[in-house]
Amino acid sequence: MPGAVHDWIPELPVTRKTPLFDLHQKLGARIVDFGGWDMPLQYGSQIAEHHAVRRSAGVFDVSHMCVVDLKGKGVRPFLQGLLANDVGKLKVPGKALYGCMLLETGGVIDDLIVYFMGEGSGFRAVVNAGTRDKDLAWIRRHAAKHGVEVIERTDLAMLAVQGPEARAKTAGLLSPAGGASALALEAFFGREIDGWFVARTGYTGEDGFEIMLPGTEAERVWKALNAAGVASCGLGARDTLRLEAGMNLYGSDMDESTHPYESGLGWTVALEPRERAFIGREALEAVRAHGPQRKLVGLLLEGRGVLRSHQKVLVPDAGEGEITSGTFSPTLERSIALARVPAAAVASVQVDIRGKLHEARIVRPPFVRHGKALVS
Amino acid sequence: MSNVPSDLKYTKSHEWLRTLPDGTLEVGITDHAQHALGDLVFVEVPEPGRKLSAGEAFAVVESVKAASDVYSPVAGEVTASNPALASEPEAINSDAYGKGWLMRLRPAAGAAPALLSAAEYEKLIAEEGG
Repeated sequence: MPGAVHDWIPELPVTRKTPLFDLHQKLGARIVDFGGWDMPLQYGSQIAEHHAVRRSAGVFDVSHMCVVDLKGKGVRPFLQGLLANDVGKLKVPGKALYGCMLLETGGVIDDLIVYFMGEGSGFRAVVNAGTRDKDLAWIRRHAAKHGVEVIERTDLAMLAVQGPEARAKTAGLLSPAGGASALALEAFFGREIDGWFVARTGYTGEDGFEIMLPGTEAERVWKALNAAGVASCGLGARDTLRLEAGMNLYGSDMDESTHPYESGLGWTVALEPRERAFIGREALEAVRAHGPQRKLVGLLLEGRGVLRSHQKVLVPDAGEGEITSGTFSPTLERSIALARVPAAAVASVQVDIRGKLHEARIVRPPFVRHGKALVS
Repeated sequence: MSNVPSDLKYTKSHEWLRTLPDGTLEVGITDHAQHALGDLVFVEVPEPGRKLSAGEAFAVVESVKAASDVYSPVAGEVTASNPALASEPEAINSDAYGKGWLMRLRPAAGAAPALLSAAEYEKLIAEEGG
């Protein structure tokens, strides 16, 4: 059921603030509570911010995300047991890996990125803000056995600069040598540059950087990016961009009650080498043996309207599913969604929007990549 | 800063009403409401002829963020709905009191809705932190 117009008049929650909070307010941002943090939802038009990232460049404050440095002799075997993806793939310093931390049941505790910082420097993990407490507790519990030090980097701010012009505009803020070094980064690599950690990663489907830097520098850098023509963008645009890019959001598209194979995350599970024991492995092997009962698919609404999370999906001859994330796609100018449906679902489904059934087509995400529509 | 025209009436749930020369009422959502909702991308308006009771949901406005019901401030029969909103829902964002109107209705006999004046509505949104 839709809410009422008056449900959307903002309230004033008491939450944590990033080093950029005052600047967000000065820039006229609408502030919302996200994972216990006061974060900018939008500065002006959310759709304009979305287009800025697809067509030029935008900057997001993602300092609410939790950066954790993991150090110690046993850190590699520790992470190989903790994550469903295999950090054994990370041989070159700076290389990043996306994966999930699982319960013994195979349910997803969180999704995260780990960077290999180099021999002797250990690894850096970035986990979600809303799952910080349980993640740190879980990581520390297992780290103890391996003598791994867990250091939360609350001193760092994190900016995501995304879009086709993002890298060039960011490089302009660095020293000449630093800028060249940043532009030389390959996709999914990071490096210490001029006192920042700059990584060619993101959550929008566009090229760009994620920058971890001292919180004290964040405001100056944000203003410099704005001056260079990089648009301030809020979490609203971040959500429509990631959904167009077919990227999952923890808590919506997967959680502790769902495993990676029914969450579109099978590609992040490394069952080879077979001898690598990781938490959740047995449960996932059992799922593989029988075949997953459900899958996460992309949906494209054929007509007008907007798909939203928790709407019921009817699959001909195969039962029911549910939308896990839905929105209006500013790039495609129609509604898109991720939905968990019975494994047998093919071609098309019907979605119950406020009691009426609407036709939707199953498509393979991403919907949009590097500014181009991949579905029509 | 929300725009609250002094010649209109308002509701606590952020609808506005304009009395037209023929006695019918034009209804939409306020500038304050469209600002809170953000970019509108889809609007469902009622069929002409539909009978509404006071407080009944008659339209759905969907922004990128969420879907919201809009309530009829008064009982009556829908005489027209805004056809332009199907292709141009953003008209509500750009012109909430003009091109963004949602419906016109003929109030039922004896309908005496409790409405707010512009000053009262301004006070309401100030209290809500708008």
